[in-house]
Amino acid sequence: MDVIIIGLLLGGTYALMAVGLQLQYGVARIMNLASGETLVCGAFGAVWFFTAYKMSPLYALIGVVPAAFFANWAIYRFMMLPLVRRAKNQGQLEVDSILATFGLSFVAIGILLALFGGEFLAYSYLATPFSILGQPYALNRIVAFLGAAVVCVGLYIWLHHTRAGLTLRAVSVNPSAAGLVGINVASTSALAFALGGAVSASGGTLLSMFLNFDASLGVIFTLKALVIVIMGGVGDIRGAIVASFILGLTETAVATYLDPGLTLAAAYVLFIVILLVRPEGLFGRRSS
Amino acid sequence: MNLPAAIALSHREQIKLLAGVLIFGAAALLPFFNTTYWLSIGISIAMFTVLATSWALFSGPTNYIALSTAAFFGIGMYIVGGGLPYLPFPALVLVAALAGALFSAVVGLATLRISGVYFVIFTLGLAELVRQVVAWAQHVMGTSSGLYVLIGISDQAMYWLLLGLAALVFLVGWAIGRSRLGFALRIIGNDEVVAVHSGINTARAKVVLFVISSTFAAMTGALVAPRWSYVEPSIAFSPFLSFEVVIMALLGGVHRLWGPLVGVIPFTLLWEFISAKFPSQTTLLLGACFLLIVYFIPRGVVGLIEDFTRERGGAIRDLLKRWTGGHA
Amino acid sequence: MPSATATVALRAEGVSKRFGGLVAVDGMSFALAENEVLGLIGPNGSGKTTMLNLISGATKPSGGAIRLYEHDISATPASEIARRGVARTFQIVRMLPSLTVLENVSAGGVFGHSRRWGRDLEDHARDLLRRVGLQGAGDASVSALTYIDQKRVELARALASDPKVLLLDEWLAGLNPTELRTGIALIEQLRAEGRTIIIVEHVMDAIRSLCDRCIVMNSGAKIAEGTPREVLADPEVIRAYLGDADA
Repeated sequence: MDVIIIGLLLGGTYALMAVGLQLQYGVARIMNLASGETLVCGAFGAVWFFTAYKMSPLYALIGVVPAAFFANWAIYRFMMLPLVRRAKNQGQLEVDSILATFGLSFVAIGILLALFGGEFLAYSYLATPFSILGQPYALNRIVAFLGAAVVCVGLYIWLHHTRAGLTLRAVSVNPSAAGLVGINVASTSALAFALGGAVSASGGTLLSMFLNFDASLGVIFTLKALVIVIMGGVGDIRGAIVASFILGLTETAVATYLDPGLTLAAAYVLFIVILLVRPEGLFGRRSS
Repeated sequence: MNLPAAIALSHREQIKLLAGVLIFGAAALLPFFNTTYWLSIGISIAMFTVLATSWALFSGPTNYIALSTAAFFGIGMYIVGGGLPYLPFPALVLVAALAGALFSAVVGLATLRISGVYFVIFTLGLAELVRQVVAWAQHVMGTSSGLYVLIGISDQAMYWLLLGLAALVFLVGWAIGRSRLGFALRIIGNDEVVAVHSGINTARAKVVLFVISSTFAAMTGALVAPRWSYVEPSIAFSPFLSFEVVIMALLGGVHRLWGPLVGVIPFTLLWEFISAKFPSQTTLLLGACFLLIVYFIPRGVVGLIEDFTRERGGAIRDLLKRWTGGHA
Repeated sequence: MPSATATVALRAEGVSKRFGGLVAVDGMSFALAENEVLGLIGPNGSGKTTMLNLISGATKPSGGAIRLYEHDISATPASEIARRGVARTFQIVRMLPSLTVLENVSAGGVFGHSRRWGRDLEDHARDLLRRVGLQGAGDASVSALTYIDQKRVELARALASDPKVLLLDEWLAGLNPTELRTGIALIEQLRAEGRTIIIVEHVMDAIRSLCDRCIVMNSGAKIAEGTPREVLADPEVIRAYLGDADA
């Protein structure tokens, strides 16, 4: 029971990084290997805010979210768009964007190392027990989960009930057709990429309430987010959320019954199962 | 194809072979100059030559970016570290090669049947995964996380071994280049749909090349393990290694067999300089160099050279033609 | 239908293909005798290219079976189907841009139905280039060729494997009248060599002069089958084409 609730709480918070990557990969068509670093930046922002001002890391979101939004917008506008224009085909763009974001992830790690050093950073916030069904759970995990739920539900409503959201979904389904009906694909992609970065960073801020971070941890989160996106099916937000819960549960089970150091192995096991059984993802449509 | 035709070399190939032998022969003389500093750089260059060239054997023609060099390199290193009490060093290098081949075959079979993106993602965290599993296994078995690699192998011997391995990579790469497998990979890299409809079993071709490439990485890890007398997970499975290998190969150019070598030499020297001058900014500078290469020299130094010779066209090509006997 | 004594090269039995909710091919059945030339015609979007993709193995049928010389190939990978003697061209030309023209042609002759290598392969590829009217262009880069010449290269590549069954997807589209005559003559030669051919085509002159038989598709299903003269007079075929700009 413990495992299930902790797993669900963790999975719910993971959903943010997966949804963020989903926007970047599913809409803007950029497989962002630096997405984990965006998340770590969000976490470090919270740490810095908490230690400097002694205020709830939730307030850090006020700074982290717009900062990540603009940083990721700039990355798309000045680094990805030239690659999109240079690419002769989708395959070329895939290779170039993978390489560019891979390089970017190391630049980000380098900057974080220069600013914060290589130590694990942590703080203690709301580390008080809260009772669910008679069992105590850390309150910070519950608050993080609720924060994530608010962001995900808000995003879902925005995507499905506003004109801008519709534009994003149109580009996600078919960029060239979206262009033909008068949608500015480049600026929509930039918006999706920026929004995705902001969501990933907010995930980092919330995760930092109960996980410790160091500068080099980004790649692990990138990998987990990618596994979730593939498991859920590229382009499907609901899939990403369901897959986040599955990863959260699996990871918590592995950490509890096997070894806390093997969480990445849990993600890989899920990845292999998906590759062998349903490569198009849980909610993905078989393309052929 | 009949056998004599397979072995027979054109005039141009004979010249290339001669040049290769001369270059390797000259490189083999380095230890006689008695400078430890340059020998240590020589070892790095030889090591990265093997890693970057074998990386490009697979990733060059297929355009599948493998980010897993460190995983296989680390496996090789750990096999030497853990196996020294039981087996002699040369046997362990072979075991490492075998382990690298088996592991990469599993990874390749799981991912390369489906799509390039899944392969990249799988390789991205592979080094970290193996590191976690090794650490866990050591924890379960109650051994310490580090391993001592105390073996009397001189720097000269290690340099020559790596140089020999580099020569082997070039020979294998050259043989693949003129084989049906090499032709199949060029077709796959151009258009996978055409490849399939021409009768190429694309998954098998890709897996074979990935296995060859990863086997060399595992052997390199095994050979250089004695360089660190104490091996621990953070050294063996460092993500920077995968990153450096990709940078060097891209800097040189991945569409020629000798391309990565052109990147390895200047980059190793530059790196030596940077890590001495700015030891705390290495990650940032490494990332910045990488971006510069991706954005400004996407086809590597070899691409620049080719553009240059094409512009200068006539004169140089005529010269080359006369020199190589009219086949340039 | 092919006579009872003739060998059936290719047989489709109730073949269907669904993409999500869309039914692209709906219960197609036909048989193709060895050395026959079959025209597959129909309005745009009627499922012709999907049918070719199903035969060449590019996509797998959702239902039914496809047999090549009575062996079921419904689940066989495309590369294996190519090795058993099926070769094709593509509606939109697919060149291998970093390879020379000669290498593009050679690519078809190494791994497919008949396998060549070395001098033998090179001679074979040069022969084929001559056949499609591109002698001397072997060392050129494919990007230097016109679209029509690229189509010729693609046909030469398909022929390089000595296929038993050849699938041509609008190979004659876009040719001028002179080129069209040469193209039709070339396909006639291929049939004279004993190959079995399916052509998907909108050029009705070519259909009339080349095809023994025609199958007309509309909305994924077969609506008529017979000699070109018969099917083109069929009222339902005319109805299917009416209002369609490609008629």
